[in-house]
Amino acid sequence: MSLRPDAILEVDALERRFDVSAPWLNRLIERKPRRTLRAVDGVDFIIRRGQTLALVGESGCGKSTIAKLVTGLHAPSGGAIRFHGDRDRLQMIFQDPYASLNPRWRVGRIVAEPLRTLRPGTPEAEVSARVDELLRTVGLSPSDGLKFPHEFSGGQRQRISIARALAGEPEFLVCDEPTSALDVSVQAQVLNLMKRLQKEMDLTYLFISHDLSVVRHMADVIAVMYLGRIVEIQPTADLFASPLHPYTRLLLETIPDLEAPKRDRSPMGGEVPSPVSPPPGCSFHPRCPLAFDRCRAERPQRRPEVHDRRVACFACEETADV
Amino acid sequence: MSDIVLDVRNLRVEFPTRKGILTAVDDVSLTIRKGEILGMVGESGAGKSMTGMAILGLLEPPGRIASGAIHLSGDRIDTLSDREMQDIRGRRIGAIFQDPLTSLNPLFRVGDQLVETIRLHTDLGKAQARARARDLMREVGIPAVEERIDNYPHQFSGGMRQRIVIALALCAEPELIVADEPTTALDVSIQAQITALLKRLCRERGTAVMLVTHDMGVIAETADRVAVMYAGRLAEVGAVEDVVRRPQHPYTAGLMGSIPSLRSEAEELRMIPGAMPRLDAIPQGCAFHPRCEHAGPKCRRAVPRIDGPGAACWLALEGETA
Repeated sequence: MSLRPDAILEVDALERRFDVSAPWLNRLIERKPRRTLRAVDGVDFIIRRGQTLALVGESGCGKSTIAKLVTGLHAPSGGAIRFHGDRDRLQMIFQDPYASLNPRWRVGRIVAEPLRTLRPGTPEAEVSARVDELLRTVGLSPSDGLKFPHEFSGGQRQRISIARALAGEPEFLVCDEPTSALDVSVQAQVLNLMKRLQKEMDLTYLFISHDLSVVRHMADVIAVMYLGRIVEIQPTADLFASPLHPYTRLLLETIPDLEAPKRDRSPMGGEVPSPVSPPPGCSFHPRCPLAFDRCRAERPQRRPEVHDRRVACFACEETADV
Repeated sequence: MSDIVLDVRNLRVEFPTRKGILTAVDDVSLTIRKGEILGMVGESGAGKSMTGMAILGLLEPPGRIASGAIHLSGDRIDTLSDREMQDIRGRRIGAIFQDPLTSLNPLFRVGDQLVETIRLHTDLGKAQARARARDLMREVGIPAVEERIDNYPHQFSGGMRQRIVIALALCAEPELIVADEPTTALDVSIQAQITALLKRLCRERGTAVMLVTHDMGVIAETADRVAVMYAGRLAEVGAVEDVVRRPQHPYTAGLMGSIPSLRSEAEELRMIPGAMPRLDAIPQGCAFHPRCEHAGPKCRRAVPRIDGPGAACWLALEGETA
């Protein structure tokens, strides 16, 4: 179903289920059924070369599972991921810069590893010259290559992660909450760096975050997820100018407005239901102010043929032309 | 009678280590009035949590209050014994922490924990205390109280657990609540619910609140006044609308600029170069001067300080940095 020649990644009807049943003996004695968690439940999107698609949603919506499916850390239970690029040139940046760097390796060795894997037999002098260059690119100094990860702050460690990702000469980067563990002033440094690198190296990002203001700054297209599905996908400016899905509006409403402090709000009630037993029909209907009978009985259909502007909501379909 | 609930004067918190004495909080003076929410904001290591812990009398040894005084409604509390402080905590000062599970005992039903706390701090009998627990649970927005009162903490979601912790903190009608990152572990849509709840309860009861967080957005939504901390010292104190809209201290201005805005279309986020110094390497003079574009000779020489509203910056205090 390759419709777009400029698409670097196409995701079709992607599904990932996890077995969260009680152990076999408990099931036998307590007569409990098998239980399945649908972490990703029929997701479609494409990413164009050189662009950033952001997946945004709250914990448990399946956004990180998609990151792991795209990078091959999980196998899909259904659907397809088509990557029209060089698999070896797909890299990932993780949320926790403390856990993703080997504490026993010097930074120089950490950054050199993808290089050595990608081009075995590169002369040592060339490798170390390239490592120095990469460290400079991300705003560190070549002498930092001799230090260990614990000698760096969180923001510097995330720069090391980025340098390591760049060492693999990536064309596609999956970034899973790359700045969530960082302080805001450091977050700004890392986000600016990532934008600059994207422009210079023509990188494509799949950017995962729970923070809509970060996503607005980084993404060309935003997909909002709720309980394993994309509920709305729109180009960034349009999503913020005219959010369609009630859940998107809820998320936008929760962002504190720094230009209008001390606002009194009436936040939308309710919580995300358990993905093990999602509500019937549209999974958002128990929290939705627009819900009517059809939402409780029927699920909005996937419409994979529409790429950049769709909303999975019966109430919106009736009022808007999308 | 004055309506000042908390009065902190020249507080200094030190940690003696093998390498010398580290000053985590240095010369912090602030007050909170009845029914007022003071936001303490800063990046990790700025000393905001340490200030909260010192007020609660929960500094981990070898940490200690080296100088200064803390008064609660006129009574000096920093010189009390651990035993006396234990009585103050709960009865006169409530605490809410980031992770609700650390405040709840996993082995006891939430209703029993509430009843125990109420009976510890009031003269109510068992039945009355249980009725009070039910009222509190209803007040913090727990649905189906009759069923949930006998549930264990693990049967609640993160947001609901934090509501229980708020109910626990309110049990004895304390004069002051210290809330340390109460919404950081929660999803954005739940965050807004919890801050709205905290705001409503304090307004209704006239409780003074110290809200410690790294999230300027939460502060802007919730607090009446803000104290910005940097490297253990107060950088700026003022009404929330002033600090957010017209920050005086270059650090506050940088912090505000580095938050991705929902309105501006800036291609690059404003950055503060560098990172906050470590406690063992706090620069001479103004701790922010190595990162400050306005720094002059005076900033390298002398420490700017504030006792009330204003910015601890020579440029703001004297109009020049020469």
